[in-house]
Amino acid sequence: MAIRERLSGNEAVATAMKQINPDTVAAYPITPSTEVPQYFSNFVANGEVDTEFIAVESEHSAMSACIGASAAGGRVMSATSSQGLAYMFEMLYIAAGMRLPITLICGNRALSAPLNIHNDHSDSMGVRDAGFIQLYCENNQEAYDNTIMAVKIAEKASIPVMVCYDGFITSHSVENIMLLETEEVQKFVGKRTPLQYLLDDERNISMGPMDLQKYYFEHRKQLADAMRGAKDIIKEVSDEFYKLTGRKYDLYEEYMMDDAEIGIVVLNSTAGTTKDAVDKLRASGVKAGMVKPRAFRPLPYDELPERLKNLKALAILDKCDSVNGYAAPLFMELTSAMYSKKVMVPTLNYIYGLGGVDVKVDDILSVYNKLEEVAKTGTVDKTTYYLGMEN
Amino acid sequence: MGEVGFGGNILNDGNSREFKTGSWRNRYPVHLKEKCKNCMFCVGYCPDDCIKHKDGILEGIDYDYCKGCGVCAKVCPFKAIEMKSSEEE
Amino acid sequence: MAYNLKEAVAKESRFVSGHRMCAGCGAPPVVRNVLRALKEEDNAVVSCATGCLEVSSCIYPYTSWNKVSFIHTAFECASATLSGAEKTYYALKRAGKVKKDTKFIAFGGDGGTLDIGLQSLSGAMERGHDITYVCYDNGAYMNTGTQRSSATPHFADTTTSPAGKVLPGKTQKRKDLTEIMVKHNLPYVAQTALFGNLQDIYTKAEKAIYTEGPTFIAAFSPCPRGWGYPSDDLAEIEKLAVNTCFWPLYEVENGVYKINYKPANKLPVTEFIKTQKRFRHMLKPGNEWMIEELQKEIDDKWNYLLMMEEVTNKK
Repeated sequence: MAIRERLSGNEAVATAMKQINPDTVAAYPITPSTEVPQYFSNFVANGEVDTEFIAVESEHSAMSACIGASAAGGRVMSATSSQGLAYMFEMLYIAAGMRLPITLICGNRALSAPLNIHNDHSDSMGVRDAGFIQLYCENNQEAYDNTIMAVKIAEKASIPVMVCYDGFITSHSVENIMLLETEEVQKFVGKRTPLQYLLDDERNISMGPMDLQKYYFEHRKQLADAMRGAKDIIKEVSDEFYKLTGRKYDLYEEYMMDDAEIGIVVLNSTAGTTKDAVDKLRASGVKAGMVKPRAFRPLPYDELPERLKNLKALAILDKCDSVNGYAAPLFMELTSAMYSKKVMVPTLNYIYGLGGVDVKVDDILSVYNKLEEVAKTGTVDKTTYYLGMEN
Repeated sequence: MGEVGFGGNILNDGNSREFKTGSWRNRYPVHLKEKCKNCMFCVGYCPDDCIKHKDGILEGIDYDYCKGCGVCAKVCPFKAIEMKSSEEE
Repeated sequence: MAYNLKEAVAKESRFVSGHRMCAGCGAPPVVRNVLRALKEEDNAVVSCATGCLEVSSCIYPYTSWNKVSFIHTAFECASATLSGAEKTYYALKRAGKVKKDTKFIAFGGDGGTLDIGLQSLSGAMERGHDITYVCYDNGAYMNTGTQRSSATPHFADTTTSPAGKVLPGKTQKRKDLTEIMVKHNLPYVAQTALFGNLQDIYTKAEKAIYTEGPTFIAAFSPCPRGWGYPSDDLAEIEKLAVNTCFWPLYEVENGVYKINYKPANKLPVTEFIKTQKRFRHMLKPGNEWMIEELQKEIDDKWNYLLMMEEVTNKK
């Protein structure tokens, strides 16, 4: 029986964590994700969870402690943002390389310098090659749901999972939300049953060795293969979740794409704004559509080009920049997939909302207007634009 | 090596014994049983855990692993271990 | 029960042959003797910082860690990694998944402990995890080839603080981590070495492992390659370090100091430095001031310990 509630993104995620009742949580405060360990500390202090909570002295130690905890055999979660995620960089690679199913909540926030505590995706995009599965959430409901699914996906794939949602826009905004009963969550996530772990009474093992060349290459390929295989696991877990809740999740979400001529690909909360823009355009007869990847790691390279190939013009929106003189991550990764699949839709890259700049429906409409021009001419004179700035 | 580890895990504790380091040495210790008082100093100090002993009685050097460092010979209070050049080994 | 070397070495070794440490290295006996203090029936999780010990003892597919589980993650977080494992132990025990009594021990070199790993160590100690951190102090970054660390002795020649015409080796004093750990108000802190019948290191390890709460041991770990002395002389170097009070043997239990060994005939530091190449430049004519300064530093610390022993034991 679902519970109707009104919660901020952080509180929704903390509630999911409470219901999951992990063995260990090691976390360090950083805006905007601080509230997750903060709410969780209350659950610990009031005996609502059995979790061992470790208030570590840095994010580097947060991920290190999570690795130790997961290696020991526990179900482990944490939360961070921005500089904290960047400080964990080294340990993220190690968690993935050791195939440890840690669930890390990421309240997306801009990276310094200059310092900025507001939302963009430079933090999670900055660690996109660390080996974590990355799930992106449009709103509080998705943040809650993805947190619950993340635990199961991680343990099935033996790959750590990062659940990303927009700082403040989602983390601190209260929205209506449907929660599961705790027993339902418990049944869904089950118990972690590690095969190889430090605290196995039956055998002592060694983890985190030095690998020489050949073994290293083999172990890294195993991780790459597992990441490819994670697509099916994400779908499998999402199907189970659908049966339990009636809420459908896939590797991505489409909105009005069937007959769309101009489309936008975008992550997280701006997808909501884009849907409003699409509704407006559709009302005035413009065939606009949107695709919102949910999984950015592994990115559905095979599936997405297929969904975009009938468009006359496409804009890929990045709330992050690669500072490479060309374009941003989502654009580069998706267009490379399109190129491989010979899907040659004229495509623009819009870098938008860095540092939490507001993104309104009109901003998105301006992108669609540009796409209408491109659709007419079929040519792209300039690829990359900064939304709402002098271009 | 047994079941292959996952993500680099090594599932057989203490299996480095399968890796012989004896080829490193250019000297080797000779245990002079007659002088030995089984005091175990050499066992305690040996960096490579390769001095064999059973029920408090010293049995000798495990040349599979001995790197010829000479610590045992020097620490032995009774001069019951002598280092020799590996040419004579 | 009273210490007995024969009984200690009779226990199955938990750090076995086949590791790749240099011949005569001081670290393996430190590790082995510390782990000998574990009760035979107790399990343990060992966490290592990256360093000589780690890269020589755990090279896939081989591990020298025996009858203990081992984890290495990175250079600066042996303590944090171990904290996570230690806390999860309680969770899994409550869930009935783990039965054995398990101890949690970290090993790190001086670089991995005093420099890059200090924050993680301080955090774990301050949080009160029931772990024992053992720093095998070989006075420099030996795995990368003897670069200077904060633990490198004053004036010592290293590859990043070479004894040159202008600079006389390391120009700073040694960082005294043992005292920093005492200031963390830990239930037990000790400084030990491989000395005589190894009673000192065994009993301190036993006390540290079986004292509830965060404990710290600084263990002297001579390095023939990095210090420049014949590998045979491990025990001799240790003895000289202790008898010159270069490396005092003492322990601090809940703030109460106890010096475990007072040399009947305290030797001048020259006796210690003349055995090692890293100090050779100090013996050259005109460099006497270096020896005097180093001797003063050693005496200051020794007198401090004598004073603290007296003061903290007053009833």
